[in-house]
Amino acid sequence: MIFETVIGLEVHLQLRTNTKIFCGCANQFGESPNTRTCPVCLGLPGSLPVFNAKALEYALKTGLALNCEINPQFKFDRKNYFYPDLTKAYQISQFDQPVCRQGELIIPGDGGAAKKIRINRAHLEEDAGKLIHDDARNCSLADYNRAGTPLLEIVTEPDLRSSQEAYEYLRILKLTLSYLDVSDCDMEKGSLRCDANVSIRAPGDAKLGTKTELKNMNSFKAVKAAIDYEVNRQRAVILGGQRVVQETRLWDENKAMTFSMRSKEEAHDYRYFPEPDLPLVTVPEEVVEEMRQTLPELPQAKMERFTQTYGISVYDAGVLAQDRLTAGFFEQCAALYPEAKKICNWLNGDVLKEMNERKITVAASTLQPEDLVDLIRKIEEGAVSQLKAKDVLKIMLDSGKNCSAIIAEQGWGQVSNDEELLKIAQQALADNPATVAQIREGKLSAIGFLVGQAMQKSGGKANPKKIKELIEKNLQAGADGKPF
Amino acid sequence: MNLHTLTAHALQELLLNRQVSPADIYRAVRGQIDLVEKKVGAFARLAPAPDFNGLADKPFPIPVALKDNLCISGQETTCASKILTGFRPPYDATVVRRLKEAGALIIGQANMDEFAFGSSTESSCYGPTKNPWDLTRVPGGSSGGAAAAVAAHETIWALGSDTGGSIRQPAAFCGIVGLKPTYGRVSRYGLIAFASSLDQIGPMTKDVTDAARLLKIIAGHDPLDATSVDLPVPDYTQSLRCEVKGMRVGIPREYFIAGLDPEVAEAVTAAIAVLKKQGAQIVDISLPHTPYAVATYYIVATAEASSNLGRYDGVRYGRRVRPPEIRQTPIIDMFEETRDQGFGEEAKRRIMLGTYALSAGYYDAYYLKGLKVRTLIKRDFDQAFQTVDAIVTPTAPTTAFKIGEKTADPLSMYLSDIYTISANLSGIPAISLPCGFSQAGLPIGLQIMAKPFAEETLFRVAFAYEQATGWHKRVCQI
Amino acid sequence: MITDQDVRYVAALSRIHLREEEVDRLRKNLEDILRYIEKLNQLDVSAVEPTNHVLPLKNVLRPDDARPSLTQEEALSIAVEKSQGAFKVPKVIE
Repeated sequence: MIFETVIGLEVHLQLRTNTKIFCGCANQFGESPNTRTCPVCLGLPGSLPVFNAKALEYALKTGLALNCEINPQFKFDRKNYFYPDLTKAYQISQFDQPVCRQGELIIPGDGGAAKKIRINRAHLEEDAGKLIHDDARNCSLADYNRAGTPLLEIVTEPDLRSSQEAYEYLRILKLTLSYLDVSDCDMEKGSLRCDANVSIRAPGDAKLGTKTELKNMNSFKAVKAAIDYEVNRQRAVILGGQRVVQETRLWDENKAMTFSMRSKEEAHDYRYFPEPDLPLVTVPEEVVEEMRQTLPELPQAKMERFTQTYGISVYDAGVLAQDRLTAGFFEQCAALYPEAKKICNWLNGDVLKEMNERKITVAASTLQPEDLVDLIRKIEEGAVSQLKAKDVLKIMLDSGKNCSAIIAEQGWGQVSNDEELLKIAQQALADNPATVAQIREGKLSAIGFLVGQAMQKSGGKANPKKIKELIEKNLQAGADGKPF
Repeated sequence: MNLHTLTAHALQELLLNRQVSPADIYRAVRGQIDLVEKKVGAFARLAPAPDFNGLADKPFPIPVALKDNLCISGQETTCASKILTGFRPPYDATVVRRLKEAGALIIGQANMDEFAFGSSTESSCYGPTKNPWDLTRVPGGSSGGAAAAVAAHETIWALGSDTGGSIRQPAAFCGIVGLKPTYGRVSRYGLIAFASSLDQIGPMTKDVTDAARLLKIIAGHDPLDATSVDLPVPDYTQSLRCEVKGMRVGIPREYFIAGLDPEVAEAVTAAIAVLKKQGAQIVDISLPHTPYAVATYYIVATAEASSNLGRYDGVRYGRRVRPPEIRQTPIIDMFEETRDQGFGEEAKRRIMLGTYALSAGYYDAYYLKGLKVRTLIKRDFDQAFQTVDAIVTPTAPTTAFKIGEKTADPLSMYLSDIYTISANLSGIPAISLPCGFSQAGLPIGLQIMAKPFAEETLFRVAFAYEQATGWHKRVCQI
Repeated sequence: MITDQDVRYVAALSRIHLREEEVDRLRKNLEDILRYIEKLNQLDVSAVEPTNHVLPLKNVLRPDDARPSLTQEEALSIAVEKSQGAFKVPKVIE
């Protein structure tokens, strides 16, 4: 029996503000426990929240990038429940007036075509602290450094139809957000967390099946794997004649399975009500428009412009757009040098490879657009071979020297001098009489071998095009001067 | 000279003329505490002796009592609840910081109803405070300790908090002046919340002049309280002029109804006559939604309280109790046992009522409806203040009642706030000041209300009345 | 109007351990108060906006400037129990 998978995702995004959402504590990771707290985020009696303007700015930027409507007026609400990581026994969140509503994100759908994923809402809230469970001593330890970190919860409609689409949604979401510089988007660090609501139904069914909520995935791959597991599990349940139970299930990375979270420690009557400590927030149309103007060009738009303006392939444009600063680097190069395709080949090829090895980005490296263009020009002029240029790039990255200096120092200047090249070509012929004989018998493909031998002899410095010409000419003439 | 019986403004003059030192005043007040505190029980705890150095250029190096719900850095602050036993806030409330900057000598933390839940100061975990005018009677509440301390001269002045009348009703019962400022006038930062949309800190003093001075110290914008208003604080002493001629004073007919003690009615009527004699124009007005105020209040206040008190769960600070047996899980058992043992009867009742009003299926019928009726009550005042400058009413329907008289009947206790609650629901300022005594010698309070941020109007009317009558000068004998 | 079951549910939501002998009394208390509150039903509020805030304040925002935090020692000075720089609590079972 065939089932249709229906997935909705809830992404919790930690916003990278300087300070927490409702107090002046630094918003930082990796500190000793309980060193980034104050009366407000510790929920001490008498403390009061004050909303961070930067958190609003980041939420608006994100909302606009996701094509959301910005709520002209919104409020905060209290979500009441008891849990030791929640210092006030309520979370300040947004219930019926989220900051952003009704957006969309375009992803590559399963059929290959672009697919629109609707976003239901994005709302602001505060993160909770962290609990560490100490089994040996039968206790838990609470660290409230994370309590009060600004979160934007982005909720999709149930528009995703496969684990792959869920993966693509997360990938495109992260890419889009990286352009805005509002979050680290690192699932391993917890700065992006994703819960998945998964159900299956017979194709064509208008009604949604009973969903389960999957939590505890700490990578995009884990989200994909957890959904795959869950879809199979639900299928087996239904085919076994039973019903799927609506519940929260935790993904266990090691066992690669989801497990029912039969926690009694959570009530679900959250008793939301408007937060009396925080006045209303209004976002006038002018502010939204102003914010819209400051948005950077987003990846989708950039890709389209790159293919049109520079004539590069959709694939290449996509690779460049993976990183906003790399894309910017490309454009700076393209302003200096007309052949964008060549720049792109270098950036997406050897430069990318070198950067990945060094685990940095082009923008973070010492490489300047002028350096890369210089190198490409040197190849074009025949001053360095394509082959040696790769080594020049490595040294450029390691030393920060410019390419002319490196070529000179290393003595890698390409030999284009006819007299010298002629000698090399003739030597290659002389050293390989058997090959020469084969060629003369008609096996022309062996010419490449001779060119290779000549290049080797020259230490890679010979201009390969010229060497080939000279070898061919000399073969015609005969190494011994006799024509064949 | 009995320094402890003087007002702050009288003492300030003596200080300016170098006739007394801050230490002299402090000692006099401590002496009085030693004498009467055993009988009155006004304090939750007394403060350590202050440092008298560096007070020379401070404007108010004068003893002050703070209700036990105002955080003092490093000093145990418990809201008179077992659940906060041992809690020492690592920070000062904004009002405490301002008082310290003015040189204030904190004399002690005043007793109160647990978490300010009550009108009699009987629900304190420290036991009840007694009314200095009659030790068998309650001082009112919830700021009953502060009111009793001022009346018994165990402090020169005090700060209380008022959510539904908790400054004004005890001020009336104890024969002192109590002011609830406009919501947003005084920072709530460091006031342990009862109902966040209603709570306000205010002065409790021996006369109107002191109330004006104390408000000036504590009022003003605070970036740590998003609901505090960024408006300049006037020099309230400018309003202390006997000028009510031509002012329009409204008398709401809904406040003079069955349940109003005839002696109180008589005193308030006489007070109105005094204002009229001084040239005020007395206007009969209607605040038609008054009968709904108590019901509205008990929804809104308990709902907010149920949320505000969730944090007392034994996880971080205060009291933690674990039951001997496992019932559900270790953490839930700890939550539930801590809260069962830590909260008193009334606190539990209010938390449960508030939780009920917010719970799934009941929100619209209770909480939302409460907020809507709140709009109607506020509208009544908006309309009334289009025609009058001030509204004058009794502060409480009766004089101080007997200890234990209303503890068995929560609803009758709630109804003792019937005249004070509306000011909190609509956010307006209101003051209570003495306007006479019953046959039994118990003080009676007069309430004056004005439009938002018109505290100057309150001071003007109250000062004119006070100067014309002099009820505030009567001293109780303990 | 309000059942013992309601009382138990509300107590559970409030995380207050309820002894059986308390249920009846609390139900009566709450019933009295709720009956009193019912008088609000006399009013037609269908066209009335709720008042969440009495003041017309809006957009009270804070600049994103850091303020000093409490030290770990200060933060833990209030702790009922502490261990390894953290607040120690009974074991939380997930």
